[in-house]
Amino acid sequence: MSPVSIETATATRADVCAVAVADTFRGDGEILANPIGTIPMIGGRLARATFEPDLCMTDGEAALIANDSAYELTADEKIYEYWNPYRSMFDWVWSGRRHVMMGATQVDQYGNQNIAAIGDYAKPRTQLLGYRGAPGNTINDTTSYWVPNHSPQVVCATVDTVCGIGYDRAAALGETASRFHEIRRVVTNLCVIDFETRDHRARLRSVHPGVTVDQVVAATGFELVIPDDVAESRSPDDEELRLLYTVIDPEGRREAEVPS
Amino acid sequence: MADKRTTEDDVVASLSDGMTIAIGGWGSRRKPMSMVRAIARSDLKSLTIVTYGGPDIGMLCAAGKVKRAVYAFVSLDTIALEPHFRAARQSGAIEDEPLDEGMFLLALQAAAWRVPFLPTRVGLGSDLFRDNPRLKTVVSPYAGSEELVAVPALALDAALIHQNRGDERGNGQFLGPDIYFDDLMAQAAPTGRRFMSVERIVDTKDMAKEGSHHTRRISRMSIDGVIEAPNGAHFTSCDPDYGRDEAFQKEYAAAAKTSEAWAEFKANWVDLSEADYQSRLRARS
Repeated sequence: MSPVSIETATATRADVCAVAVADTFRGDGEILANPIGTIPMIGGRLARATFEPDLCMTDGEAALIANDSAYELTADEKIYEYWNPYRSMFDWVWSGRRHVMMGATQVDQYGNQNIAAIGDYAKPRTQLLGYRGAPGNTINDTTSYWVPNHSPQVVCATVDTVCGIGYDRAAALGETASRFHEIRRVVTNLCVIDFETRDHRARLRSVHPGVTVDQVVAATGFELVIPDDVAESRSPDDEELRLLYTVIDPEGRREAEVPS
Repeated sequence: MADKRTTEDDVVASLSDGMTIAIGGWGSRRKPMSMVRAIARSDLKSLTIVTYGGPDIGMLCAAGKVKRAVYAFVSLDTIALEPHFRAARQSGAIEDEPLDEGMFLLALQAAAWRVPFLPTRVGLGSDLFRDNPRLKTVVSPYAGSEELVAVPALALDAALIHQNRGDERGNGQFLGPDIYFDDLMAQAAPTGRRFMSVERIVDTKDMAKEGSHHTRRISRMSIDGVIEAPNGAHFTSCDPDYGRDEAFQKEYAAAAKTSEAWAEFKANWVDLSEADYQSRLRARS
């Protein structure tokens, strides 16, 4: 998507994922960017440190902090902006001032997401976390998903339990109920998926450098909309690389989540 | 002036089979574990547990005390999935009443405010309507006639919470980063069965030395019994008094592997008085 410089030629897959996450928050302005997970937190911090300086972000617990580092910080190191106990999160979610990036054990072609249970809900084969806040997130705010292990079981034909609602469910509710619903992106270790098609079916937005379209198709459990020209996911520019390697994630935790 | 000091065993004695009990804290954070352990070794059964879940519901599932779970998630934080709770769900041993996390807040708030429901759009379109038959929708009587979810009040029989400090009258103080939903649970439960354990009981006038005015979020109007339980949240975290005992939590989680492992854990760490539990713990370190 952008010219590759000598420096960016060294960018790892994890770096590309972090940048793809950052781009997910582009244009969000002064809202709570709430990426959950290692690379999501790193990517969110990267967005704020570069092109979205007005984003608010949590320390992962009960505060909104201004620090660029994605690491656990001591109380002395934190630059506190706001006390944000768990309960306050709903003030932002229900007033439409949040964009969350959640994980997904299953996500389908309309962006329906499952983190509750695999198999029959009444007696599941695998009990997961539970519904968490996914129903409330998706009906109230923009939501994106992070999938570090793109496979047909995860990016799948049908989810067993709909926690976060996708575009087909939202459409069935009608315009009023679904007016705040947006599934913006699914960022995976292989590619970026969006829903910018006429019927909001999942579309392959870009493949990460070194990944082929065929690899993504083989790893996906439903039929992706594939444009004629699939873009390559953007690599970090020099400033983004500097921030990733020296400020946001100098110890390279992102490499453990998506190994090169 | 009422002195509300009591004990874990008296709390258990005030509970009955089939009751709906809210347990405070969040995940594996500031859980009233001394009361949870007392329930786990009691004769109580068929309980409905209402929780932002962690080892509280996990331990009670393992001990066979749970009929129904009302929750939005169950996690041990550093161990993402609670193995005892998972085992109970996957074997079909317990009934399941799922909620969204925010819906859970509304259900407690509705109970505390004595209204039958509170409206929200949270839950629309999701499988909560498949998996939780108690949920219904309501049509707004105002312009637009928007259809919303009517989150039903959670009818509690008891609430159990843990705070860092408290006085003998039932005022409580949290010194960590978050009150979680402890205050709401205490407000939503009926008078007579609202119990708070604390790390230390102090004089009311001395609570100001412990933390700012804003940390005193539990009023004696919402508490019937106070237990002084130092290290009572162990092995969950109780910041800033102590962090989570990760090594112990690992042992607890590993005890879900077989019924023999659970029996051994239960004999060592559940079937004993709180005083013996704490002294055994001290002997370990």
